[in-house]
Amino acid sequence: MPDQSPISSVNDFVVRFANVNGSGSASANELFARAILRHGVPVSPRNIFPSNIQGLPTWYEVRVTEDGHLGARGGVDLMVAMNPQTWDKDVAGIEPGGYLFYDSTKPLPQTKFRADITVIGVPLTAITNSTYTDPRQRQLFKNIIYLGALCALLDMDPKLIEQLIGEQYKGKEKLLSSNVHALHLGRDWALQNLKCPIGLRVRKADAVGDRIFIEGNSAAALGAVYGGATVCAWYPITPSSSLADAFTTHCKRLRHDPATGKAKYAIVQGEDELASIGIVIGAGWNGARAFTATSGPGISLMTEFIGLSYFAEIPAVIMNVQRAGPSTGMPTRTQQCDIIACAYASHGDTKHVLLFPEDPAEAFEFAAQAFDLAERLQTTIFLMLDLDIGMNHRLCRPLKWDDARQYDRGKVMTAEMLDDGRDFGRYLDVDGDGIPFRTYPGTHPTKGSFFTRGTSRDRYARYSEEGAVYADNMQRLLRKFETAQDMVPRPLQANAAKPTKYGVIYFGSTAPAMDEAIQLLEARGHALDRMRIRAFPFHSSVASFIADHDFVYVVEQNRDAQLRTLIVNENGIDPVRLVPIRHYDGTPITARFIADSIGEHQDQLKLTPLRKVKS
Amino acid sequence: MTYLAKPKFHHPGLTKNRLGYTHRDYEGKISTLCAGCGHDSITASIIEACYELSIEPHRVAKISGIGCSSKTPDYFLGNSHGFNSVHGRMPSVLTGANLANRDLIYLGVSGDGDSASIGFGQFAHSIRRGVNMTYIVENNGVYGLTKGQFSATADRGSKSKKGVTNTDNAVDLVAIALQLGASFVARSFSGDKTQLVPLIAAAIEHKGAAFIDVISPCIAFNNHAGSTKSFDYVREHNDAVNRLDVLTGREPISVDYAPGTVQVVEQHDGSKIALRKIDADYDAHDRVGALAFLQKHAAKGQIVTGLLYVDPDSEDLHSHLNTIEQPLNRLEADVLCPGSAALDKINASFR
Repeated sequence: MPDQSPISSVNDFVVRFANVNGSGSASANELFARAILRHGVPVSPRNIFPSNIQGLPTWYEVRVTEDGHLGARGGVDLMVAMNPQTWDKDVAGIEPGGYLFYDSTKPLPQTKFRADITVIGVPLTAITNSTYTDPRQRQLFKNIIYLGALCALLDMDPKLIEQLIGEQYKGKEKLLSSNVHALHLGRDWALQNLKCPIGLRVRKADAVGDRIFIEGNSAAALGAVYGGATVCAWYPITPSSSLADAFTTHCKRLRHDPATGKAKYAIVQGEDELASIGIVIGAGWNGARAFTATSGPGISLMTEFIGLSYFAEIPAVIMNVQRAGPSTGMPTRTQQCDIIACAYASHGDTKHVLLFPEDPAEAFEFAAQAFDLAERLQTTIFLMLDLDIGMNHRLCRPLKWDDARQYDRGKVMTAEMLDDGRDFGRYLDVDGDGIPFRTYPGTHPTKGSFFTRGTSRDRYARYSEEGAVYADNMQRLLRKFETAQDMVPRPLQANAAKPTKYGVIYFGSTAPAMDEAIQLLEARGHALDRMRIRAFPFHSSVASFIADHDFVYVVEQNRDAQLRTLIVNENGIDPVRLVPIRHYDGTPITARFIADSIGEHQDQLKLTPLRKVKS
Repeated sequence: MTYLAKPKFHHPGLTKNRLGYTHRDYEGKISTLCAGCGHDSITASIIEACYELSIEPHRVAKISGIGCSSKTPDYFLGNSHGFNSVHGRMPSVLTGANLANRDLIYLGVSGDGDSASIGFGQFAHSIRRGVNMTYIVENNGVYGLTKGQFSATADRGSKSKKGVTNTDNAVDLVAIALQLGASFVARSFSGDKTQLVPLIAAAIEHKGAAFIDVISPCIAFNNHAGSTKSFDYVREHNDAVNRLDVLTGREPISVDYAPGTVQVVEQHDGSKIALRKIDADYDAHDRVGALAFLQKHAAKGQIVTGLLYVDPDSEDLHSHLNTIEQPLNRLEADVLCPGSAALDKINASFR
């Protein structure tokens, strides 16, 4: 018996699988997560993987959470330790009173274990080897066998797992039955040889509802399909490659002419990020909705073109699935670290529109909206995803589309308008909103053509290096950016139950951890109003939210408090009033981290009168 | 300067093409390049070729990078949309534009710095993909706008205006284009309009990646003794393998050289090229032979010009991608958006 009483919890615990990558564990682990969902219990899974294809350690963490906390929790209650390479670290990471599940085929010395945890040994290799002879089968079915054992240990309904296997191998009866067989091998062994269930249990609930379980990259790619993207150019880079892959898959299913089989889209894998954004800008110039998917290093390469898009006013959409930088950084770890790089990308004075989705559902909505915004504003729109949203399955509300919705193609002057005698100046601010009309190439035999260039020009697109002409254009671009403020998704505000002098600003993938942290902080007596920023340029409500509070915490996943810098810079806020809460070790931010950081600061405020802190 | 208005009046007796347009309808703004620049001759040849083909000017998209050559699209086809993009990145911008609307004619204008140095990669990959375009490099071997530094096409051993000898090997864009599968490859000389005009016309009619390397002496920085891109040097070393006429079911473009062996090549769109052989050994359908021929003659210091290779059964990027005939930029939500019913099914698949 462990010295610590074993953790006992129903529908609220964290399981972590430690595997070797390339061993086929990913699909078994995902099956585990989906099986819990089928019990009506929300899960939040996360891949923790190296930048490698085969042989290095990889982890899959499943937070089982009937309360629906979808942020990472931190800590591990049950470790499924399948990787000898990381054994010591994995065992050390288990919470006191937690559980260790391992392959007991070969005996391990007592020193390899801990006294304060429950150790569960299953001779997985022995069971597998006595049943299968083919080495690849042994490898794959071993994963299903441990899934079977977990099913017994956690008191899961095997019928639900069988059902999932049935869906997965529909039409492949042989694979189906052999997987079900492996599942029962593990389950039966556990039922006969172990005390089942353990303290951690899954109990059927009704907390999932109609929510869907989807990766942000896949949802964003669907948003591009629904938003009318016809040209996609990209260069492989983790963690964004799966976005372009998903767009390809969705298009193959949804975008072929049924009669001719012809494609209503074009996807080009560029030779690099320069070519990718060049293709996007060429297509945008010529009136097609085009996008690229990339990550930080790609953004760095694209900046010259992004400046062209800003200055020559060409629609483009860049989906940036952020990872830890700088340089190659940590390619498979998450951060929100390209805020400044994207907001001000390129040499010279530039500002760009950024959208910050919190989850796959918003990734879908904002991706589709990005194409409307790009054509309306005639500039680059960034969809700021990150690895945590992009490459993990996340439970979210179902994707929705209004069939009455038409695409906003922006201000495009047609041949008819030109024939009607409309004055066409490519950079003429006809409506006072800073947005000029454009023409598509090939519109009219004698009217409306112009020469697009990255050099300075007048309102009629004629080359000019006159100071006043240049300044006039730069001012109009600023006006256009102000216009954007009321077009982009507004911040969402939620106030504490009682009035408070403190607020918190957060964005993107921090949202689920923040929602949970608010509850933890309330339990500790700290009330906070909160605002989730969903886009840049900032809506005027951001400045008033800050003005309404003595201190506002800005929670973000980078070292330099980039969003805070942007707020200070764009709104002329006294930096003292914005307290940075920064998480940047490459793991997803947790509610515990936020609550501890803010709680600590709040406790200090309570100890010392405010004026002393200021002086 | 370009902001000076060009007089609109012209001689009432100017000849008109099939569409009723005169040469003036194919012109652009007044050139700001140096007097005598080879690039202006190429501009004139492009105007001539488009006039002869009776192309509607507004159906052409002119795309360039940065540099002297890349400024030239402003000087022809004033009723076409032009895009002076980013240094070395014309090929990607053109590729994207072409994907968006396959119905326009794409004319990519670049220079040797733009295509052989900073944009070498983009040049190569656009050729590899078989983008339907006419890609013209106005090749003078120097950076003119920054006052005469060597470019990557400058021959080893050639001298700069300042007297510096180039020790780097030259990039031969024609050889690279051949190797990467361009389906139309030619080289010409800005000073030889009779050769250049039909080459440009044939390239425009060609479906697929058509590449023309035009040696175009820089009057200001690369027209001295010791240069291998000067007017005198190119004239002395020009080794034309053939001459051609473009037959578009109309009057052939008039050319003024003596007839040799004539071979008629029919291109994908039904247009015909009459190829007059000058070098009896040269076969413009033999990609491998062309490469060997080029190397052999380059070693002797000769500049091989003419239509070096043409594949009459060429394909382009759109056929590789199997895109629909309608330009992608004209598709709207009714065609592109799968709708809410499809989304409900997608949602169900994610539960």
